[in-house]
Amino acid sequence: MGDILNIIAKRLGLGLVTLLVISIIIFGAVELLPGDIAQAVLGQGATEENLAAMRAQLGLDRAAPIRYFEWLGNAVTGDFGKSLVSQTPVSEAIYTRFGNTLFLALYAAIIAVPVAIFLGVLVALYRNTVFDRVANVVTLTSISSPEFFLGYVLILFLAVKGEYFPAIAKISDDMSLMDKLDRTFLPALTMVLVVVAHMMRMTRASIINLLASPYVEMARLKGVPAWKVIVKHTLPNAWAPVINVVALNLAYLVTGVVLVEVVFVYPGIGQLLVDAVTKRDFPVVQACCLIFAATFILLNLAADVGSILTNPRLRHPK
Amino acid sequence: MNYFIIGFYALLIGVSSLAAFYQKRTAFLLLFSLTLVSFVMGIVGGEGMLWSVTILAGLIAFSAGVSFSFREFLVILLPPDLAKTMRAAPLTAGFGLFVIFTYAISGIFAPIIAPYGEAEVISSAFAPADENMLLGADQLGRDMFSRIIYGARNTVGLALLATILAFAMGATAGLYAATVGGKLDQLLSRIVDVIMSIPSLIFSLLLLSIFGTNTVTLIIVIAIIYAPRVFRLARSVGGNVVVMDYIEAAKLRGEGNWYLIRKEILPNSSAPLIAEFGLEFCFVFLLVAGLSFLGLGIQPPTADWGSMVRENATLISFGEITPLIPAGAIALLTVAVNFVVDWMLYMSSGLKE
Repeated sequence: MGDILNIIAKRLGLGLVTLLVISIIIFGAVELLPGDIAQAVLGQGATEENLAAMRAQLGLDRAAPIRYFEWLGNAVTGDFGKSLVSQTPVSEAIYTRFGNTLFLALYAAIIAVPVAIFLGVLVALYRNTVFDRVANVVTLTSISSPEFFLGYVLILFLAVKGEYFPAIAKISDDMSLMDKLDRTFLPALTMVLVVVAHMMRMTRASIINLLASPYVEMARLKGVPAWKVIVKHTLPNAWAPVINVVALNLAYLVTGVVLVEVVFVYPGIGQLLVDAVTKRDFPVVQACCLIFAATFILLNLAADVGSILTNPRLRHPK
Repeated sequence: MNYFIIGFYALLIGVSSLAAFYQKRTAFLLLFSLTLVSFVMGIVGGEGMLWSVTILAGLIAFSAGVSFSFREFLVILLPPDLAKTMRAAPLTAGFGLFVIFTYAISGIFAPIIAPYGEAEVISSAFAPADENMLLGADQLGRDMFSRIIYGARNTVGLALLATILAFAMGATAGLYAATVGGKLDQLLSRIVDVIMSIPSLIFSLLLLSIFGTNTVTLIIVIAIIYAPRVFRLARSVGGNVVVMDYIEAAKLRGEGNWYLIRKEILPNSSAPLIAEFGLEFCFVFLLVAGLSFLGLGIQPPTADWGSMVRENATLISFGEITPLIPAGAIALLTVAVNFVVDWMLYMSSGLKE
């Protein structure tokens, strides 16, 4: 056990270092602004006094490294400073919205993961048949379509032509869970379509890889029935790649949500980020980017750790 | 029950029985599952749903026909050795090539094909289609059809430029790192790791919020974000070539690094790199479209598919399909490129075995 913990601790440390480097990039990128934040916000026509006042308010008169450590220290405790546009604390806006985004991602994941794994295994078993080819074309089409195309197609057919679901996913905290699930069904379905296609293809590829390995052929040759080959010989070895696939796609779900949120006017963190970018509200942009990057890295780490836990070979690196 | 429904099922069941009788396993499976699917869809959606199934089947048959003829056309035109590979290509690849060809033509000859200019206001806002305007007018009264044709030039052109830049940077750095190795290789690889651990859409939003959105910044930002993917591939492919004996021989001849990359390594790693170029183009194209859709990509009045979707999105709530046309144009090109890449990857993996 000590070995495993050691390896996992190393991975976590590496993730933390990556996150630190990214926080430096996110903070440093804003420092690269032509002029500085005050100049960018107030524009060309600002007087010298206004600029000086703004700089004093934002604390820009101190050196960049000092401000970076202050910003990072505050960010770790959940304080991302004040929005330049609304003058309210950024964290207030972010907390509920991040919750909403996670809710949507989780909703999509709960539908997508079982469907994708089931279909992926099925297609791998019936590979090179008509079904496999049809599935190949359909998933390729679904992956290649931009999220907003799928979203608007769903709106047109399921919300406008046939009025099954609401087209706009406006939710608030005081709604019941069923109401929320109904309102957010179309955005969740959009993401399910993209993610299922990805996961299916990846699951299919990893299962086919396994089925080609010698021990599966051995099992077949000694007369093990087909279902037993799958359940006893293939599946235990398939968990590692499948867990990897799931975690990678969850990472996609959390970050690819931006476009879907905009299409369905969903009050999530992606919409907030897009608004902040248009208004050049830098503290909000920084906070959103940091949260997205942290989630992304965390889920990628989960993929790594999951595959180490399920694959004994990875526990003893050469 | 009316004649359409009876005819629909009679045709499907009849043809699948015929297929079963003549031992056409594939055709039978396909047709019979279509029958079962339309049972369910007919019960849920009624006759309208069956019509959509019919239209969809017709569309698929039509595009299959087009791809078949285009493939035959290429087989006749191409020199013998290429024609041989072309003849073995799947129909999806033929379809992909046909779509890419069409887009290229409409992009290159946009001013000749389009009846109006891309920023020309010719009627009232959201005017319906008539004999002058094939697809109606957009939110400012500009001709939708002309703007879609110009979009092929602007959106695809920008994505292509960004891909080429990303590719040039990534492939050069990757092959160089593979040839030289050592500290430089380590340094570049760590930088690439960090860039790739930030989600691309988020990273591009961060950079665009700082540097503003004009076409040149857009191309550079996207190239920087996607170069690392190319770098990794080029480095690993190049790494396999560098250990070969003929590289050793060239080194002993006293050839420089630049010569090695250009004359020895690049020609021997071109197949996976070309396939990667297609994939990379899809990613870049989708990112450009997404950014434009968010209002942060190509700026008006330049015709661009992503922003056209956003500008006309309100029409969706009236049951109009206008905003779906530019979005569909994006999807179609990406699908087409993916089909071709799929075929090329299949060929390159098949040749190795």
